[in-house]
Amino acid sequence: MRYAAVAAVAALTLAACGNAGSSETEGGADVDVADNAAEDFEAGTKMKELADAGSITIGVKFDQPGIGFKSATADAPAGFDIEMGKVLAASLGIAAEDITWKETVSDNREPFLQADEVDVVLASYSITDERREIVGQAGPYYITGQQLLVKKGSDITDVADVKGQEVCSVTGSTSLDNIRAEGATPRGFDTYSECRDQVLDGTVEAMSTDGSILLGYAAENPDELEVVGEPFSEERYGVGYNIENTEMCQWIVDTIGDAEEDGEWAKAYEATLGKGGGETPTPPEFDACAA
Amino acid sequence: MSLVLFDQPGPRARARQRVFNVLALVLVAGLLALIVWRLHDRGQLEYRLWEPFVTPAYIQAILVDGLLKTLQAAGTSIVLAVVFGLLFGVGKLSDHAWVRWPSWAVVEFFRAVPLLLLITFVFFTFGVGDGFGPYWSLVVGLTLYNGSVLAEIFRAGILAVPAGQGEAASALGMRKTQVMTLVLLPQAVKIMLPSLISQCVVALKDTSLGAYILAPGLTFIGRSVYTEFQNQVPTAIVLAALYIAVNLVLTAVATWAQRRYVGEKSLVVPMVGDGASGLAPAGQRSI
Amino acid sequence: MTFLDGNVGLILQGFWLTIQLLVLSGICSIVLGTLLAAARVSPVPLLRGAAVVYVSIFRNTPLLVVFIFVFIAGPRLGLNYPFLVKGVLAMTLYTSAFVAEALRSGINSVPVGQAEAARSIGLTFGQCMREVVMPQALRAVIPPMASVLIAMAKNTSVAAAFGLAEATATMRGLTNNNANERLMIFLVFALGYIVIVELMSFAANRLERRWRVA
Repeated sequence: MRYAAVAAVAALTLAACGNAGSSETEGGADVDVADNAAEDFEAGTKMKELADAGSITIGVKFDQPGIGFKSATADAPAGFDIEMGKVLAASLGIAAEDITWKETVSDNREPFLQADEVDVVLASYSITDERREIVGQAGPYYITGQQLLVKKGSDITDVADVKGQEVCSVTGSTSLDNIRAEGATPRGFDTYSECRDQVLDGTVEAMSTDGSILLGYAAENPDELEVVGEPFSEERYGVGYNIENTEMCQWIVDTIGDAEEDGEWAKAYEATLGKGGGETPTPPEFDACAA
Repeated sequence: MSLVLFDQPGPRARARQRVFNVLALVLVAGLLALIVWRLHDRGQLEYRLWEPFVTPAYIQAILVDGLLKTLQAAGTSIVLAVVFGLLFGVGKLSDHAWVRWPSWAVVEFFRAVPLLLLITFVFFTFGVGDGFGPYWSLVVGLTLYNGSVLAEIFRAGILAVPAGQGEAASALGMRKTQVMTLVLLPQAVKIMLPSLISQCVVALKDTSLGAYILAPGLTFIGRSVYTEFQNQVPTAIVLAALYIAVNLVLTAVATWAQRRYVGEKSLVVPMVGDGASGLAPAGQRSI
Repeated sequence: MTFLDGNVGLILQGFWLTIQLLVLSGICSIVLGTLLAAARVSPVPLLRGAAVVYVSIFRNTPLLVVFIFVFIAGPRLGLNYPFLVKGVLAMTLYTSAFVAEALRSGINSVPVGQAEAARSIGLTFGQCMREVVMPQALRAVIPPMASVLIAMAKNTSVAAAFGLAEATATMRGLTNNNANERLMIFLVFALGYIVIVELMSFAANRLERRWRVA
């Protein structure tokens, strides 16, 4: 602690002038937090446990503008997944500031859930049969599909064009496997933003992952980047939870369903993913929860 | 130094050397100018890109969440690695085969596996959940690897103590543990101190691999800075400068310790899969 | 071991890229490292200084940061090459500094009396180096050089997050799809690296024995 203080003082005295990153984009709609939420849930459920504890840990992405993004100095991330997380927490009577946001990357979401490192995952987390064998996934709360992000004016206009080209995605992700199956040379990096930079720098011809993520990047940089082609997969974002807590599924579906009905879902979309313009989509239908 | 290899240069050779010196100067200066021009040409010298590094909030993030955590991880893992290394290094010298062979296997395994592979595995298997999180996964990975390297250093250090020392101690009737703890180890520590400090440099550099498992540290913070500001080049330069500065201090300490405690001899630590070790032949002067 | 189904080819491909990286970077590092070591003992002070600066920079920078320079910062400066070339470049920039140090320590290990004796019986600089100093230095260089190259073999794993689907990247992909077999996957890949490392070590030992001065 003493060192932290020394370092902080040194930092303050050293740097009088810089003022980077001060124009933060403050995210999102206000969410009403339920009162006495713990009484709404039956004893022994995970929801009761979380509501009693008054805190929840949510696994999200920190590097996807529009979905989940955190600045190095911001206290909390912002994005559509973050807003959905706030909605879930609010129904447990947990205010936004009592949520612990934990960064997850594509290949640590299942281990995080299996080991209760996080209570739920909202991290552009596609529902798949393989994943549903080891973790619980409720949803979808948003539907997108794998698309391509290219430099404006690129020769690639559709997924058929990627054969033999170098395409970037995140190491260990399904998108990377899909792109390999399309005949492209997969180039795996650690984060999507590094992939985006590889496209901007012309190192790879395209990057490929969920359209929602790509739209976020294209919206940030409309002069240089564009999303091309029809989605060649359907990615249905679900909320991940530990498969042992089966009761969570219905609660997630009900809570997000309420948010869709009272317009909170649309408000969250417009404040985040929809910021670049375009129409607000209709919320998707939920899968039925296994009884 | 190399004077013994050739005659003193005459006037012509000296003139030639001057020409080469000027050529080298032009070469180095040209290279530096090219780099600076590149940076300028690509707009990498703009204040906007460097601003985070003079902004208090970011300086604090880089120093406290970054450098301090990096130093902590390296320090903790080295302390644990010394314990690990002592245990297995002495284990490899044991008279009992059932101690010697497992120690050998453990040391050999962790020295041969890439640290990144090890850290990733530790993290996903033991780090997540009720486990100890990314920071401790990094520390555990570093401990296993550096501990195994230190085990070799300890073993080599102990073997480098003149055999007469151990024999004399045994002749006095000391037990094996006494010989080790009272006679061999105290002398070995002196010999291996520089190697140990050099290993700290290695550990400090390897903490950067924690960025793969989202463990806090300098590289991790650096990545989030360039993700936010798109200032990859300035960030990479700042990161490298910080690592180099800290490591140069450590290297200076190692050199000092070498001069102070060991002299000209240097410890030879065998590579993976090799048994030979000891002290390098101590030529009084070197070429 | 169900993760092996249909993935053996992928694993072998991963290790093949690891070996390519290893061999190419190894050759380049030895060439650049030798040049650096030569510069360090050259009579031109500025070259000496430049080599010292280079070695201190790259010995004290984490390899991951060197990769960030080459793969993330480089393209920003318009320095862009094919992926394998960039991988070899990053490995070489880093490893050559260690190669230079290994070479220097090898030459320094030859007792100065050897050179003095050679000169006193009238050998020229070239003869002295060729017949007396280098044969001994070369032998002394093998163990530290082998250690450097073995470390490099393991270091190629850093390329995993920079678009090169070598062994470690392959392991991450497999682990992601077969989360329940994590331990077996780890052991299979660890074994692969151990085989590479032990082979290199074995080769170095043979070489050292063959070149041993009686």
